Amino acid sequence: MLKVENINVYYDNIHVIKNLSFDVNDGEIVTLIGANGAGKSTTLKTISGILRPKTGNIVFENEEIQSLAPHKIVSKGLVQVPEGRRMFQNLTVEENLEMGAYTLPKGEIPDMIEDIFARFPRLKERRKQVAGTLSGGEQQMLAMGRGLMSRPKLLMLDEPSMGLAPLLVDQVFDIISEMHAAGVTILLVEQNASMALQVADRGYVLETGKIALYGSGKELSESEQVKKAYLGG
Amino acid sequence: MKKKFNLPVRQLATVGAFAFFLILGNFLMEKKVIGLYYTKVLMVAAINMILAVSLNIATGYLGQLPLGSAGFMAVGAYTSAIIMRKVTFVSPALAFPVCIIIGGLAAALCGFIIGVPALRLKGDYIAIITLGFAEIIRIVILNIDSALGITLTYGASNLKNIPKTTTFTNAFIWVFIVCYLVNALMKSRHGRAILSIRDNEIAAESCGINLTYYKTMAFIVYAFFTGIGGALYAGYLGILNPSGFSFAKSIDILVMVVLGGMGSMTGSVISAAVLTIVPEILHAFSDYRMIVYSLLLIVVMIFRPAGLMGNKEFSMDMLTGMFKKKTKGGQRKK
Repeated sequence: MLKVENINVYYDNIHVIKNLSFDVNDGEIVTLIGANGAGKSTTLKTISGILRPKTGNIVFENEEIQSLAPHKIVSKGLVQVPEGRRMFQNLTVEENLEMGAYTLPKGEIPDMIEDIFARFPRLKERRKQVAGTLSGGEQQMLAMGRGLMSRPKLLMLDEPSMGLAPLLVDQVFDIISEMHAAGVTILLVEQNASMALQVADRGYVLETGKIALYGSGKELSESEQVKKAYLGG
Repeated sequence: MKKKFNLPVRQLATVGAFAFFLILGNFLMEKKVIGLYYTKVLMVAAINMILAVSLNIATGYLGQLPLGSAGFMAVGAYTSAIIMRKVTFVSPALAFPVCIIIGGLAAALCGFIIGVPALRLKGDYIAIITLGFAEIIRIVILNIDSALGITLTYGASNLKNIPKTTTFTNAFIWVFIVCYLVNALMKSRHGRAILSIRDNEIAAESCGINLTYYKTMAFIVYAFFTGIGGALYAGYLGILNPSGFSFAKSIDILVMVVLGGMGSMTGSVISAAVLTIVPEILHAFSDYRMIVYSLLLIVVMIFRPAGLMGNKEFSMDMLTGMFKKKTKGGQRKK
């Protein structure tokens, strides 16, 4: 579904992503894990068009997208939920969701919102509340809900567990599994490696812009190298 | 949000109130209750309303800080004035609306040229680049005649004999048209996209909104309406000099927008009226006028830091709401 082929990304002169290749198949959860500064978020930003790779291809559903503008990529069904729960702070929960459906025809929006509310009952309770006053967990749900509003084929989540209490982290990962069960393909970037590997079908371990290891979620969580570096074992 | 009044009622009431205002104004002028001097003040107020409402699109709605209003105004004013002076085969009153729109389009073209590179920058840089642009415009107008050996703007020696076609009525009709169009734009899908960029650029981008397109569009709309304001200004003064379009003019308009409340169109209208009329009333203080005026601005910003209207709009619902609150208060006293 998504194929990243030998991309190289620079911030000015700094070579951040070095010959990175990986793929995501239809219906999978794939996770990119790695320490701070490994290039996880940079990779996502490159896929969603905010950054441009200097060389290499990104192919989404047999179409090269590395030179498309971000809004065009969104309308192809490749949607990113940005890091740190970027909300429209002054809009209500419902209005935030409506914004998520910007690329859809107007008539479909009410149904989509009901779908999201069915999946996130908590958001329904707070539908008229201003997004800036939600708790961290609720904001993360809203960010994911907003991402789902455009009916993405592939949803990219950038550190959904960041800054959340352990109980809420569990909840967020439950939601990710549920979304997956409902047929959404997910590319998950996480620092919380143990949780990410539990839900993922496959995983890639990133180290300073290169893939150090890859394998199924289970393989990786049992690998000595990963345990030592990321799982505190 | 559900409104208490449905759309046709609200539109009729708005048009009715506006027509009443025009008739009342003309009636008072005819009866000499409003003298010639204050008629002129009201015309300036109308022009300032247009300028403030259009700057509010860029600052209040889009969340950028352009300081180039004077530049766009100058482009609109000079374009319209030069054409008005050349057109003699139709009456000035008929040619004026067309010239206003051409002035607006010329300003919009400049807005496009400057907006495309400027809007790739963020924050303060936009202020600097638009400020520089406005100065370039002013200096080009000042020197273009001698540099190219033509007589177009008359540079520092004033562009004279522009037909004085701006009247109380047509100035306020333009205020009405501009407000109506801005309101329609902001209530539309495009308006929402513009507001979402102000709220959070990253979130807007991840919703599939074309940032460059909407930023440029809002900027062009701002330039267009500012050009219209400039054209009306030319028709009001009858004489143009580049020194009238200095940096201070841009700041005056920005003060109106900030005082009215960034993101409130009605706030911009109200504060443009207040800030035009108050200095005239303060003539009684003679030399201390500007001190009183500045103090007034400071006091307003202390007690209403978000501006007179904040980011809310003045509406019929608000009026009836205020009325209800008052009666409720009265009942409580019993």
